[in-house]
Amino acid sequence: MNTGNTKVMNRFDVTSRLIAKLKHEEAVIGGIGNTNFDLWAAGHRPQNFYMLGSMGLAFPIALGVALAQPDRRVFALEGDGSLLMQLGALSTIATLKPKNLIMIVMDNGIYQITGAQPTPAASVADIVAIAAGSGLANSAWAADEEDFERLVDAAMSAAEPSLIAVRIDDKPGVGTTRRDPVQIRERFMHGLGVREPL
Amino acid sequence: MAIAEQQTQGQASGDQSWHGIVLQTLKRNEISLIPYVPDRVLTPLIKNLHADPFFTTFATAREEEAVGIVSGAWMGGRRGAVLMQTSGFATLANVLASLAVPYQIPLIMFVSERGTLGEFNYGQSLVCRTMRPVLDSLALEHHTITRLDELEFIADRSIKQAVTTQAPVALILNPLLTGGKVFDK
Repeated sequence: MNTGNTKVMNRFDVTSRLIAKLKHEEAVIGGIGNTNFDLWAAGHRPQNFYMLGSMGLAFPIALGVALAQPDRRVFALEGDGSLLMQLGALSTIATLKPKNLIMIVMDNGIYQITGAQPTPAASVADIVAIAAGSGLANSAWAADEEDFERLVDAAMSAAEPSLIAVRIDDKPGVGTTRRDPVQIRERFMHGLGVREPL
Repeated sequence: MAIAEQQTQGQASGDQSWHGIVLQTLKRNEISLIPYVPDRVLTPLIKNLHADPFFTTFATAREEEAVGIVSGAWMGGRRGAVLMQTSGFATLANVLASLAVPYQIPLIMFVSERGTLGEFNYGQSLVCRTMRPVLDSLALEHHTITRLDELEFIADRSIKQAVTTQAPVALILNPLLTGGKVFDK
């Protein structure tokens, strides 16, 4: 990986920094496992959606939300292992160019939750180079926490989809999402203004 | 096959071809987001969807990606449907069981059926046999459409049922309806 200058950060810390910046009911899709555990731990919001399976689909789900609500910023948090399952989605997003979609990749090079086995990409591939090669020109590594926040700010007003990759440590998620898929989906739809509660 | 050819030719004048009926039924039900992985039989439908500005139609790299997209769109208040071939459906067991069903998402799938009624590729005929058992194992609603005069009723009613019951549905487009794909094509 060409990430020599990037600091190793912490998923929960980075996620918390992101959530603190959201002032306009932005949607956030949390990929499976630690990614959505830390989203949950950062403080539940009605505009958060937590995945309980379907590894690799955080970006496609976020793309769907972004296409349905073009005036709302939509964030997707995904692990590097999950993203490797669905690299084709990067090209789909690059083709459709939803400017309101912001992808964040938490890259620790391992499948932390299953026992910290290295991913096949760990020592050979560069997520940002893959994204750029897939047509997502607005892709960058966050050098440190401050740079991450700067990149998020820039993405908020970008004219094309953004991808921010973050090198993270091998720590597990801080919380555990309540695994109630119907309630997760229903409350997300309330949060997006699609439905009113009964 | 003659019927299928006639249906394909009919697209210019009227919309009584199978694909014309599917397109109109989608539109009537306000289904405007159509990600797909292509299939030869679906080509006239895909072409006409692309040509109609009501629809946002685009290819995805995998069928489960398309399922993720329409699931997100549904939660955001926009309706979609996924077009695929039998072999593409065979890649969906995980996303059906972990996203569409447990989250109660009205996932609408149109599956062009290969593997039967003149299939020439052994692998296609085998993969086709996995489709209905997977659908049945999750107790998913599915219909195999063989007749043009039943297409609109089945498609329209099934879409409405999917939305109102918040449950996925698979509409399987049989070669008796579409003409299918045969060895000499």
